[in-house]
Amino acid sequence: MIENSEKLLELLEKDGDISLENAAAMLGATTAEVAETMDELKKQQIIVGKSAIINWERTQWENVNAIIELKVTPHRNLGFDRIAERIYQYPQVKSLYLMSGGYDLALMVEGKTMKEIAFFVAEHLASMEAVISTATHFVLKKYKERGVMFKSENKDDREVITI
Amino acid sequence: MTKPPKEYINDVVSGIKPSGIRRYFGIASEMKDAVSLGVGEPDFVTPWHIRDEGIYTLEKGYTHYTANAGLKELRIEIANYMRRRFNLEYDGLNQVLVTVGGSEAIDLFLRTVLEKGDEVLIPEPSFVCYAPLTSLAGGTPVPIVLKEENNFRLKADELRAAITPKTKVLVLPFPNNPTGAIMEKSDLEEIAEVIRDKDIFVLSDEIYAELTYGESRHISIAEIDGMYERTIIVSGFSKAYAMTGWRLGYACGCPDIIKAMTKVHQFAIMSAPTTAQYAAIEALRNGDDDILMMREEYNGRRRMIVDSFNKMGLHCFEPLGAFYCFPNISSTGLCSDDFCEKLLYSKKVAVVPGNAFGDSGEGFIRCSYAYSVKDIQVALDRIGEFIEELK
Ligand SMILES: Cc1ncc(COP(=O)(O)O)c(C=O)c1O
Repeated sequence: MIENSEKLLELLEKDGDISLENAAAMLGATTAEVAETMDELKKQQIIVGKSAIINWERTQWENVNAIIELKVTPHRNLGFDRIAERIYQYPQVKSLYLMSGGYDLALMVEGKTMKEIAFFVAEHLASMEAVISTATHFVLKKYKERGVMFKSENKDDREVITI
Repeated sequence: MTKPPKEYINDVVSGIKPSGIRRYFGIASEMKDAVSLGVGEPDFVTPWHIRDEGIYTLEKGYTHYTANAGLKELRIEIANYMRRRFNLEYDGLNQVLVTVGGSEAIDLFLRTVLEKGDEVLIPEPSFVCYAPLTSLAGGTPVPIVLKEENNFRLKADELRAAITPKTKVLVLPFPNNPTGAIMEKSDLEEIAEVIRDKDIFVLSDEIYAELTYGESRHISIAEIDGMYERTIIVSGFSKAYAMTGWRLGYACGCPDIIKAMTKVHQFAIMSAPTTAQYAAIEALRNGDDDILMMREEYNGRRRMIVDSFNKMGLHCFEPLGAFYCFPNISSTGLCSDDFCEKLLYSKKVAVVPGNAFGDSGEGFIRCSYAYSVKDIQVALDRIGEFIEELK
């Protein structure tokens, strides 16, 4: 493991595609050290996956997202984890968080249409015994996702200057 | 009118050669798919809280001139910064002048002190403004050639050899554009030793002071024994806070010189941009983390680019400041201009020939790493191919 593995994680979080060579050069380590550290971080389930950030709005394909708030009754022995496990198995559920405050679980759900999501909530979530109430908020527009801004142009506008 | 307009231009201005920095950019900007490592300004946009402060003051209608020397509040913040960062005591009210970029401060100082024939020592390679501004102020620029074998630091004997009875000013351009060289405390002490008993003023351009990557942070020559009174520090917000377009800088020094510079400034400029001054107060108060974040990011790119040039066989000494590296291309057998031109036309990569920063830059190129890792990678891959094809 390299000493500054936190820096490596930050690099990867910013750009999952960064090459071993570049990461190594930027961290002042060898590629072998970085590769070994990455293996170790994966083994420890610190790096758990890698996925592209996609602005579906710019494609021809429909894609609907919703944030769903759930109030639930925790399981007598297993608390919220038990019910969370039952919910996150559904592939439609992209993220699931236990929350402080006015409700218990927050879900990010993705579907092809609003109807599909509404159905999912009615059929699978609202009908669960432990679920007390649901509130579904559809996403109308995404401005920024995981640190990346979805603005139309991202070009270098620095002009020619004597410097 | 019998003379054509061109003949009204004075000899000094006519004599100023166009800068070599721009030569290849013009071409590159017209070329499809060209990439550049040429630009000498941060790729970051100004941190949002600083921009937001500028917008907020516009909304409130703070759109008037400020005092000639700059907002009092800003001058006091600059003095606070100089104290906490360099242990230097300046009175915000009469030792700080807020200017239109560090550039204006350099010009003001030279115009304030120089008389015809006064010599200004300019270590080279360095930023392109010192020699023309010296000439415009009636002085004589005297280059001091810095050497790669000294990591482009200024050495005492080089300085000693350049001093004449006419020497009035020493420009200290560190951390350096274009080489990335810095001066450590021991280097500065050597320089101080040489000028201590002479009547030489130091113009210390410390615009890159926040961007150093070595063990110790930048220290100013004004911190060295006996140098405080004879040093004008020029700095600004452009590089530290990615605020190039706001056009804001400052000078700190002894009250007499600052007062005299303010005299010139009040007639030529009136006052620096108001919105920028308010934003700068926010930068100084709450911007330390931004500097840290950007420095970390530059540092990673710096390691990557230097490593890559050395692997290609272009020797690149380790730059410890600013955001440039200065690889030696003499092994290719090409001069700087040929290298840059061929590289641009065959691989569509724009870099700056070292000799744009003084004759002593011949045999080098300047590459900026104020670009995203992806852009740097594309440029490096193409330069790598170019070098292979030359073999
Ligand atoms: C060494 C050096 N000094 C001064 C400046 C001027 O900066 P500004 O006028 O934006 O403060 C620059 C800009 O690139 C520079 O590289």
